[in-house]
Amino acid sequence: MNIGPSLFYLFSGVLIFASLMVISVRNPVHAALFLVLAFFTSAGVWLLLEAEFLAIVLVLVYVGAVMVLFLFVVMMLDVNLVPLREGFIRYLWVGVPVALVILAEMAVVVGPEHFGLEAVAAPISHGADYSNTKELGGVLYTVYAFPFEVAAVILLVAIIAAIALTMRRRPDTKYQNPVTQIRVKRGDRVRIVKMEAERKR
Amino acid sequence: MIALSHYLILGAVLFCISMAGIFLNRKNILILLMAIELMLLAVNINFVAFSHYLADSAGQVFVFFILTVAAAEAAIGLAILIVLFRNRRTINVANLDTLKG
Repeated sequence: MNIGPSLFYLFSGVLIFASLMVISVRNPVHAALFLVLAFFTSAGVWLLLEAEFLAIVLVLVYVGAVMVLFLFVVMMLDVNLVPLREGFIRYLWVGVPVALVILAEMAVVVGPEHFGLEAVAAPISHGADYSNTKELGGVLYTVYAFPFEVAAVILLVAIIAAIALTMRRRPDTKYQNPVTQIRVKRGDRVRIVKMEAERKR
Repeated sequence: MIALSHYLILGAVLFCISMAGIFLNRKNILILLMAIELMLLAVNINFVAFSHYLADSAGQVFVFFILTVAAAEAAIGLAILIVLFRNRRTINVANLDTLKG
């Protein structure tokens, strides 16, 4: 019995439910937790698509790092929630129909007519010894080596930007400056003076 | 059997939900950032589905880079939000009007 389709519907249902909750709950901490659920569920969807490496990377990097960062910030900012929700009902009557119209248009384009099973055949599942990681690695470090290095530079820029934006120095802390330490010369620290020996009375 | 169109429609639904989220939560910067992450997730599902059904690993490589850029963007966006909150004590977008463009 093939449980692939029912797993897909289960994961899709949870994913759509979680994303609806993200945009509509009142408390931002709850929204962040529903987003974590959405990411976990989409990792399951990617496992159905035999992208195991990306599914694990999604859980490790996105949930484990980015969502934890979100939760830190959400819990750190002491937010007054009442004025943020105003206009929610007013925009609901425009926002939801517009979103539904766009969804209908997209479904016509990507629907079964052009991308159904007759147009794009179901792929053959790989065997048990298929390593998605190995296949990705074989492509990533050879054909896409330059974009890989650019991605590393982007991460470096993000680190520097985040630190430069948020670091504060306290004005009264004492710390060493290695540059001035290295430039010290002997003449700055020691001065030899000739003086007579004092005689004790 | 699950066809490619099922995954593409799932991606489209997620994208439209996050777009509606941006319409509805215009004042709350945190929910806006989360809706942007949902949009990127929808696009990633699209890429992975095409990569599987067309047996081309280029889609997965692109998802790799999208994840990288999205993580960097989330980090910098949250850093800006923290500095903003330090100075203005609010995350209500309507109060961020000092540039007066």
